[in-house]
Amino acid sequence: MVGTTTYSKSLSGAWRSLKDIHAHREMLGLLVRRDLKARYKDSALGFVWTLIRPLTQLAIYYVVIGKFLSAERGIPDFAVYIFTGLSAYSLFSEIVGGSTASIVGNAGLIKKVYLPREVFPLASVGSALFNFGIQLVILLAATIAVGQPPLTIEILYAIPSLLVILAFGTALGLLLSAANVYLRDIQYLVEVMLLIMLWASPVVYSWEMVKNFAGDGLLLEIYTNNPMTLAVLGFQRAFWVGGHDAVAYPEDLLLRLVIAFAVGVVLLFGFQRVFARLQGNFAQEL
Amino acid sequence: MTTSPPIVVQARGVSKRFVVRKDNSIKERLVTFGRLGRRHRKEFWALRDVDLTITAGSTIGLIGHNGSGKSTLLKVIGGIIDPTDGDVSRRGRIAALLELGAGFHPDLTGRENVFLNASILGLSRIETQDRLPDILAFAGIGDFIDTQVKFYSSGMYVRLAFAVAVHTDPDLLLVDEVLAVGDEAFQRKCLDKIRSFQQEGRTIILVSHSLGQVTEMCDRAVLLNKGEVVYDGEPAEAVAQFRNILENRRLDDVAKTPDKEPEPGGHIESAVASPVEGRPGDPVPPGSDLRIRIQLSNDADMPDWVCAIQLDNGLGQIVYGTTTKRLDVALSPFTGTRVVEYILRDVHFGTGKYFVNVSLMDRFGRHLHDLPQACSFDVPDYPLAVGTVHARPEFADLGD
Repeated sequence: MVGTTTYSKSLSGAWRSLKDIHAHREMLGLLVRRDLKARYKDSALGFVWTLIRPLTQLAIYYVVIGKFLSAERGIPDFAVYIFTGLSAYSLFSEIVGGSTASIVGNAGLIKKVYLPREVFPLASVGSALFNFGIQLVILLAATIAVGQPPLTIEILYAIPSLLVILAFGTALGLLLSAANVYLRDIQYLVEVMLLIMLWASPVVYSWEMVKNFAGDGLLLEIYTNNPMTLAVLGFQRAFWVGGHDAVAYPEDLLLRLVIAFAVGVVLLFGFQRVFARLQGNFAQEL
Repeated sequence: MTTSPPIVVQARGVSKRFVVRKDNSIKERLVTFGRLGRRHRKEFWALRDVDLTITAGSTIGLIGHNGSGKSTLLKVIGGIIDPTDGDVSRRGRIAALLELGAGFHPDLTGRENVFLNASILGLSRIETQDRLPDILAFAGIGDFIDTQVKFYSSGMYVRLAFAVAVHTDPDLLLVDEVLAVGDEAFQRKCLDKIRSFQQEGRTIILVSHSLGQVTEMCDRAVLLNKGEVVYDGEPAEAVAQFRNILENRRLDDVAKTPDKEPEPGGHIESAVASPVEGRPGDPVPPGSDLRIRIQLSNDADMPDWVCAIQLDNGLGQIVYGTTTKRLDVALSPFTGTRVVEYILRDVHFGTGKYFVNVSLMDRFGRHLHDLPQACSFDVPDYPLAVGTVHARPEFADLGD
């Protein structure tokens, strides 16, 4: 009895939060625009800066890892491969990193005005998505430039991959943004975790290399079922046409993505409840 | 059948506990984990069991000294912080003016900030578009609207913020000390706007240290002391009780501060204010003569001296002052004790509490000893007027 009432109560709580956010969607849009506009205001290059970082990363990885360490062997169109993974990874890292800082960064507002506080992490998700969109355009241009445009049915892999990143990123973002209010160490911890995530997913090397190293065991399963790995692999299936027959992919990638998404949604629900519980004291803790 | 106005805010048994922690990093938390950690916590109740029912169309002033919980109560009503105990239900659109321009981003232009802030306060884009001319006219910042907000003067910033806030059409307006900004003309504009809000039947809850503002604008006042509601009702009565609390606190403070070793020289021992035909503590009605009797002592050489008095109202504004130098009285040197007396003839002070400051100076105006707020007196309530000056008002309609 008790179990069902708390269950339905938290369900209706989540529904209420959702409605509240929906009512503020216009403001959410404005907050996203504020973040984007304010970030590069007064800089001469403006939005170009959002591209310079991933492009530099791309160049470094391509030269150092691809050429010097010869990781590009067996990976055709290595630059496209890296940029695909990097786009997926930077979406995730921007969502998590941006959300974590969002509540503390908007302290002035939170202390003085009532708003559904979820809008601040969500605004970070929005601006991360915008940057991801720009990177995607460049990625598509690059695939056309190398003569391998992603015009296969496999492009549909992009959808579940994107959903997995969004679900996990938003869920973690909500949790960490709330936790960061109480313990500012979180934001430094997140930076470290994100660095680990970059190397724990097949962005600059191939999944096959991990398989060859770890063998078909529990270790490989753990590595593969990391949602970031799945999403990166999914993106590679979608946009990196040159490598479709050249490298191995884990079996049932689509199924794994769907399961990961389902897990992500459950986490999103759970962490939203945690967020709702913690947000009552935001104004006094900030 | 009369319908009573609907309830806008209902607070039931609201309490708020704050926990102040001295350890804020993981390391410190781990070191002081568990029972030890509790020693690093200090808690206090900012609000205790507050019940408040606010009906539509009323203007309510929250008063109390610093730290009495006024702002906390306002934030709980606005939903900005959740109460530890009890609950608050509210209806209608709320605009909280706890800090003007809270949502402003320095890098965005005024116009962009107007849209952002209006949307934070619950206005849609189209509604904001419609009201933009009004907002701009009210703020009166002209072409600066398309300049980044960080280049604004603080006055422009606040004017724009206030303009946005009052144009969001709130049903319930929460105002926290924000009316003390801008130049006089703008303040008047703000007060006018608030009055028109009152006329339109909106509800206003206002935190103010300006007791005059509270008695003038509110139809109800809530006096808080240490997180509890002490009085809830007539503003004039609430203000009077508040003045008593303040006076008691001041006397407590005076009693607590240890007496400093008196320096040699002239000293003001005490002062007493009363009507000439009354005893100390009696009210001083307009038209009476006010007697201020001052006890002095001297244990050193003091060839020539001046005794000055100054009267302050409850807000600390100077109302009256005079010196023996102005009166051209030459005072003879003395050692030991001496009693002097001022009599102010035919005083006409307005309603309220007044404090008497006494100073002992030398010929050149250097202060030898000051006794601030040496004593106080009250002027009884006069319903026909407000202010620090008493005058009997008469009115005639002279036609064309």
